[in-house]
Amino acid sequence: MSNAPVDKGRRRFLTVATSVVGAAGAVGVAVPFIASWNPSEKAKNAGAPVEVNIGKAEPGQLIRVEWRGQPVWVVRRTPEMLASLEAVNDQLRDPNSDEPQQPEYAKNLHRSRKEEYFVAVGICTHLGCSPQFLDQGMGEYVEGAQSGFFCPCHGSTFDIAGRVFQGVPAPYNLVVPPHYYINDNTILVGEDGEQA
Amino acid sequence: MNKLIAWFDERIPMTKTWNIHLAQYPAPKNFNFWYIFGVLATLVLVNQILTGVWLTMNYVPSAEGAFASVEFIMRDIEYGWLLRYMHSTGASAFFVVVYLHMFRGMMYGSYQKPRELLWVFGMLIFLVLMAEAFMGYLLPWGQMSYWGAQVIISLFGAIPIIGDDLTLWIRGDYVISGATLNRFFALHVIALPLVLVILVFLHIIALHEVGSNNPEGVSIKKPKGSVPDSEKPKFTFHERFTKKYDIVDAFPFFPYYIVKDLVGVAIFLFFFCYVIFFAPAMGGLFLEPPNFEAANPLKTPEHIAPVWYFTPFYAILRAVPDKLLGVILMFGAIVALFVLPWLDRGKVRSVRYRSTFHKVNLTVFAISFIALGYLGLKPATEVYTMFARIFTFLYFAFFVLLFFYSKNENTKPVPERITK
Repeated sequence: MSNAPVDKGRRRFLTVATSVVGAAGAVGVAVPFIASWNPSEKAKNAGAPVEVNIGKAEPGQLIRVEWRGQPVWVVRRTPEMLASLEAVNDQLRDPNSDEPQQPEYAKNLHRSRKEEYFVAVGICTHLGCSPQFLDQGMGEYVEGAQSGFFCPCHGSTFDIAGRVFQGVPAPYNLVVPPHYYINDNTILVGEDGEQA
Repeated sequence: MNKLIAWFDERIPMTKTWNIHLAQYPAPKNFNFWYIFGVLATLVLVNQILTGVWLTMNYVPSAEGAFASVEFIMRDIEYGWLLRYMHSTGASAFFVVVYLHMFRGMMYGSYQKPRELLWVFGMLIFLVLMAEAFMGYLLPWGQMSYWGAQVIISLFGAIPIIGDDLTLWIRGDYVISGATLNRFFALHVIALPLVLVILVFLHIIALHEVGSNNPEGVSIKKPKGSVPDSEKPKFTFHERFTKKYDIVDAFPFFPYYIVKDLVGVAIFLFFFCYVIFFAPAMGGLFLEPPNFEAANPLKTPEHIAPVWYFTPFYAILRAVPDKLLGVILMFGAIVALFVLPWLDRGKVRSVRYRSTFHKVNLTVFAISFIALGYLGLKPATEVYTMFARIFTFLYFAFFVLLFFYSKNENTKPVPERITK
């Protein structure tokens, strides 16, 4: 054993250097453990955004696509349908969409980015049935209404912007998923896009 | 036999450990009914581990198989129903005894100096226990499992900026799915029980280092040489305890308190078995009705309520109109308990010798906790929400008031020795 004097500075440097390298190693080792909790490729694929081509949609038509295992509707609304939105306001539970059932950019009268196109998750907020789209004849269920959505399971009714009527079991408006327009003919459902 | 013991003692501190922690551990002679819950919590822990291991033998941790495998355990495995009900009732029993155990500590000032760390270990146990119970509740993959987890995990979404990514990371999917179920299973059966057992070990080691408190809040450790031999108890305590102090008014934990505790254990088992055999669902409190239906991501139950032991905190969450603030307040309710040893600046431990104001304050706290527990089960109507706000206020008022009055509290004189 050497009796040379202890170089405290060097010992200190080595201690600190070893600790820093060790800590960096520990952080490195933690990465796979933490990252393995992220959604798998399979889950990411299943949850990927869906492109909807709306170029061929006629006014008053509903296009149905699947996103994350749920039906998503895109409705091209007619001017008459849009005109009816204002008229039913006082029959609705949440006419101003105060409940957070839609992204910020869809918190308006027509509950969509563009007035004409309505995008919504086609699942009743009551017990998860899929309501029917009625482009006319909604008057049978709601007095004075022309078009809207009717849930056959428990009779919940929604207007053509997915807003729930009063006096039905569904508590909230239909959910508007995140979406944006890639171009005039294509909507991407599942992402807010940069304009959000 | 003695030779065998000696053989071990030369190689491992067997007899020494037995003596320090059991046969020669001084326990104050005036323990009352409230001192049974530590033993009961240990008993329930053993029950949970044992029945848990057995349930794992037949449980299938996957979104496709979980619900069916629980039904399989209930119907087709011999005594599977009993093992499962012992486990599910044990979860609720765990919280019953832990809440009472904690309240005992609050009544008799068992968190005060020098038992702060002991209290903190206890709180960590409580926290891990909540995580354990929450993750365990997802495993049957029933409707309430699914939607309860949905609600609780979405709480993390309230955290600004990282919230959404964090919930995604916890779930491992865009919705609660098999990925979530499997990781919760891993944590529930391996990671958290390990942590729990280690914490319980530390809790007991810390207790035996500082010694047990008692209903009088009077120390049984007197300065060395200050007590005449005639007043010392006629028992042998380990020299670890008698080296620095004279021990008064105490019994060895074994066999005296063990035997006494057995009576308490018998009474506890009487209630425990009654629930297992006659009311395993406890009218929807221990096992909620929607959970007898398999998880369905497309169908929300009409009324989502967490299991009863979370409802006091859930009620606090709902009492606040702002989501983030609600989450903060809910966690604050637990943090307040963590720092209780430092909020209470009083020198008198037991409620018996503290001011009337403190007695009232503690009573109001207990009532608020129970009331919040009740309100958390109910739908959030206007009247219930108003009451939830009042009791949330009173819950926190306990800690704030305590901090201020405890410094100059009007306490009664504390006796030198345990009187009885």
